[in-house]
Amino acid sequence: MMLSIRQLQSGYGRIQALHGIDMDIEAGEIITLIGANGAGKTTLLMTLCGKPRASSGQVFFDGEDITHLPTHEIVRRGIAHAPEGRHIFPRMTVLENLQMGAVVTPPKYFADDLERILALFPRLHERLDQRGGTLSGGEQQMLAIGRALMSRPRLLMLDEPSLGLAPLVVRQIFQIIREINRDQKVTVFLVEQNAFHALKLAHRAHVMVNGKITLSGTGEALLADPAVRAAYLEGGNVAFDRTERRA
Amino acid sequence: MGTLSRLTPHLKDSLAAGLLAGLLALPMLGFRLVDSAQGLSLDYRFTWVAIAAATVFTGRLILLQAGDAIRRRPSQRSASTQPQAGRPNKLRPILGWLFIAGALVLPWAPLADRNLLDKATLLLIYVMLGWGLNVVVGLAGLLDLGYVAFYAVGAYSYALLSQNFGLSFWICLPLAGLFSASFGMLLGFPVLRLRGDYLAIVTLGFGEIVRVVLLNWQVVTGGPNGVSGIQRPSFFGLPFLATAPGKTTFHEFFGLPFSPDHRIVFLYYLILVLALVTNLFTLRIRRLPIGRAWEALREDETACRSLGIDPTKTKLSAFAIGAMFAGFAGSFFATRQGFISPESFSFLESAIILAIVVLGGLGSQIGIVLSAFLLVGLPEWFRDLQQYRMLAFGGAMVLIMLWRPRGLLSNREPTIRLASAPSRVAQTAEDSV
Repeated sequence: MMLSIRQLQSGYGRIQALHGIDMDIEAGEIITLIGANGAGKTTLLMTLCGKPRASSGQVFFDGEDITHLPTHEIVRRGIAHAPEGRHIFPRMTVLENLQMGAVVTPPKYFADDLERILALFPRLHERLDQRGGTLSGGEQQMLAIGRALMSRPRLLMLDEPSLGLAPLVVRQIFQIIREINRDQKVTVFLVEQNAFHALKLAHRAHVMVNGKITLSGTGEALLADPAVRAAYLEGGNVAFDRTERRA
Repeated sequence: MGTLSRLTPHLKDSLAAGLLAGLLALPMLGFRLVDSAQGLSLDYRFTWVAIAAATVFTGRLILLQAGDAIRRRPSQRSASTQPQAGRPNKLRPILGWLFIAGALVLPWAPLADRNLLDKATLLLIYVMLGWGLNVVVGLAGLLDLGYVAFYAVGAYSYALLSQNFGLSFWICLPLAGLFSASFGMLLGFPVLRLRGDYLAIVTLGFGEIVRVVLLNWQVVTGGPNGVSGIQRPSFFGLPFLATAPGKTTFHEFFGLPFSPDHRIVFLYYLILVLALVTNLFTLRIRRLPIGRAWEALREDETACRSLGIDPTKTKLSAFAIGAMFAGFAGSFFATRQGFISPESFSFLESAIILAIVVLGGLGSQIGIVLSAFLLVGLPEWFRDLQQYRMLAFGGAMVLIMLWRPRGLLSNREPTIRLASAPSRVAQTAEDSV
């Protein structure tokens, strides 16, 4: 087991966002977490990264308890996090952004890593000298993923990579995520609102509602699940939320 | 035609401004109490009010029209929003070398006299302080309003160490830097979680604390009387004196006729070297991981965390290194003046140094030289204008912000570049890691 989450609780001040999450991620798989706005998906990723801190429960990475490590130490263990909203460095060039991704890796890997990532994102290669802030949304997302990959992670955590992107670009991004997982053997933990694409991509998936995991299964199984279809694929998430609250 | 069509709204705007000025001037300038034989009587000065209103009206009109003219020019102001960082800017290094060459030969220039060198020395102190603060504000993006505190720590470190323990300038210089750097860390710890406005307020408070302590800790710092008779620097042990009992003086050693100008020239070169060291350091460190981490921290702290950068270490190192340079400049200031008091380290100094950095274009080394020249050099040369000097100072600031809202030179130079051939990309990139 690469990452094990046990009874994880977390929140912001007195507002509790996660009510005891249990989840396991195996090396080499793509795990997807879907859920409505405010379900706690982003909070889960951020708690795994140590900010906000878990109020109870534990997180193990390769058997090591990383629950209370500071963020930068967690990243050094081999977990990369591409945060929601991309967070690229706008005044730095694409090349400098990628270089910042490599701060935790020994310099001898830099040339190879750069080549590997530019092969994955030819668009970035064309724009190496351009400032990050002037890239299009899709290119910025590619840069955010590429930068995260520069740290040679074994686990890549992506927070809504499809946010605010055109359908065509979304498809492209998901295709690249599949390649990263398949060709570079990086385990991917994907948090998404775009349920259709995310479930199609995932080996296993979870549904989160109000800070709890309510459904788990393979990607195809969830894609076929009537409750999931009703809530996330064919119309709003109102119906699903209501049934959950009553239950 | 375009100018004419914009004239009407401008006229309206200016009329409103003139009217407002008139209203404000009425109580302030319009009435005057006159001491006459019958006691106090009221005097009216409506012409003054009219002059004030008319001045504001015309000034506003000119400003609006001029602003329009600037805005209509092709937007050269958007330098930092240009998508392509482009080819290396050839002009800037040339400009830099020209500055350095000019500064090196200045003492031998025909026009150079004691007065000019004194002013140039003062200017260089501010350039150095600007370069030091640039590490904190320009690179790491931490708004520091109390920078003068570290300057003060450096100055008092030298003054007190030299007076109480008889240490020479060359021993005190690194010590002063060390003390200032530790003060930088001391300030850094409590403000680690703060950013922007909040950070500015706390650093402002810190600057005042240091000044007030210097003012009131009479036993050690001499309080408002300051420290006087501070040892002047020597040329590697050779003092700049006409005669020194038991010692060879500078002019005796080199067989020159004695001249008080020797010391002035020496001080000038000393600060020039100190400032250039600061500059070289900043240029180099931008390419090292720590310098890149500073810039990344300025851009996006969340991203830094998720890339494995420790924000605590990064911020503390920026504060410490910025403070260290202020410490060097401070001990130079003390040895040059021979006298220091808390008065020299007021908030106004912090504000001027910050203005130099901001007006120069945050992060630009040459921009800082230019704005130091504008903000410190010009007011020094225009001392004849007396009280209108500060008016010119304010006017210069407003004009710079109108003309170049992001500072004089705001285009950030990338620290790593793409070589033309794709196979060389990795190579060049690797070189600068």
